[in-house]
Amino acid sequence: MRQLRRSMLFVPGNNPGMIRDAHIYGSDSIMFDLEDSVAVTEKDAARALVYQALMSLRYGKKELVVRINDLSSGLGIEDLEAIVRAKPNVIRLPKTETAQDIIDCEREIARIEADAGIEVGSTGMMAAIESAKGVLNAYQIACSSKRLIGIALGAEDYVTDLKTTRSDGTELFFARNVILNAARAAGIDAIDTVYSDVNNEEGFLREVELIKKLGFDGKSVINPRQIAPLHKAFMPSEKDLTKARAIMQAIAEANKRGSGVASLNGKMIDKPVVIRAERLLELYDAANIIPIEEV
Amino acid sequence: MHIKQIGIAGTMESSDIMIRIEPKETKGIDLHLSSSVMQQFGKQIEHIIQSTLEELDVDAACVTATDKGALDCTVRARVETAAHRAAGSDQYVWRTKQ
Repeated sequence: MRQLRRSMLFVPGNNPGMIRDAHIYGSDSIMFDLEDSVAVTEKDAARALVYQALMSLRYGKKELVVRINDLSSGLGIEDLEAIVRAKPNVIRLPKTETAQDIIDCEREIARIEADAGIEVGSTGMMAAIESAKGVLNAYQIACSSKRLIGIALGAEDYVTDLKTTRSDGTELFFARNVILNAARAAGIDAIDTVYSDVNNEEGFLREVELIKKLGFDGKSVINPRQIAPLHKAFMPSEKDLTKARAIMQAIAEANKRGSGVASLNGKMIDKPVVIRAERLLELYDAANIIPIEEV
Repeated sequence: MHIKQIGIAGTMESSDIMIRIEPKETKGIDLHLSSSVMQQFGKQIEHIIQSTLEELDVDAACVTATDKGALDCTVRARVETAAHRAAGSDQYVWRTKQ
């Protein structure tokens, strides 16, 4: 079953209460943060806390991601030494600007995996792109490692780099499209940035509609309140589901007849139509296997 | 691990524990625990603190712990951090998850 990444919930790495409760809100992924949400003086404490949590707490089948500090800070390597040994599903590298950043990080992960007796290659990676340079290198970044499960836009640093601020999304239009196309060309997921005004649900939903239309797989969230509306927006409508099922039925019947051509309501069904219908049903199925108590 | 200065880790927030470790001239661990769940979990929290210090090879220290309902993993993490800070060390030993 496909790994859903409609919502990746950021959890501050030095907050024991939030780490304990992170799985109850129903996000598809939990992203423990050792970077921006942790004060410089508490980096060691957050690293030890997230490490111990990963060593002993059970989060069911949720995808567990840890955002480390960037390697140039000197903290990133220390983060990897601890966190890789606690076996999260994915390490998220912030401020990725070039393919070399990923290659350097992967080399360290592979070294630690080998040292720790962990299967080399089993730790996934994800790259956050947060600068103009990173956006322009997005495709090379997306293709730089087999470990990469996705690339994500980090908008706050990006708009600062562009010498602008966040507004209606116009300022992110280019970056979103570049990152999305890079991810699709590389065959990995594209994750949108956070919407930080948690009290503006209308603005949040407008942004969710936009990124869904563009083709993103999901979005990072900073508040559990954003998860339910996000998931709802990503759920296929009854009308779309009925149409997708009819398409797949028509294909199955055509195959049974030995015909290579299928049609529905007098219209020929092209291959891209079938692919979209398959994806929609796959998304619906994946979303519906999540136990009710976790939603 | 030799405790040579005061090391503090954790907060007074709910679900956390604040650990203060100080040098002690004679061998042994002096542990003073206060907890919002003392009746139910006091012994267990003391055991985790003692065993974590033992794993770190700390054999002389005064430890003051103020617990606000921390999970075992939080107690371990805060003791480790406070002990490393008190020893002036960043040489953590990370085990591999089985």
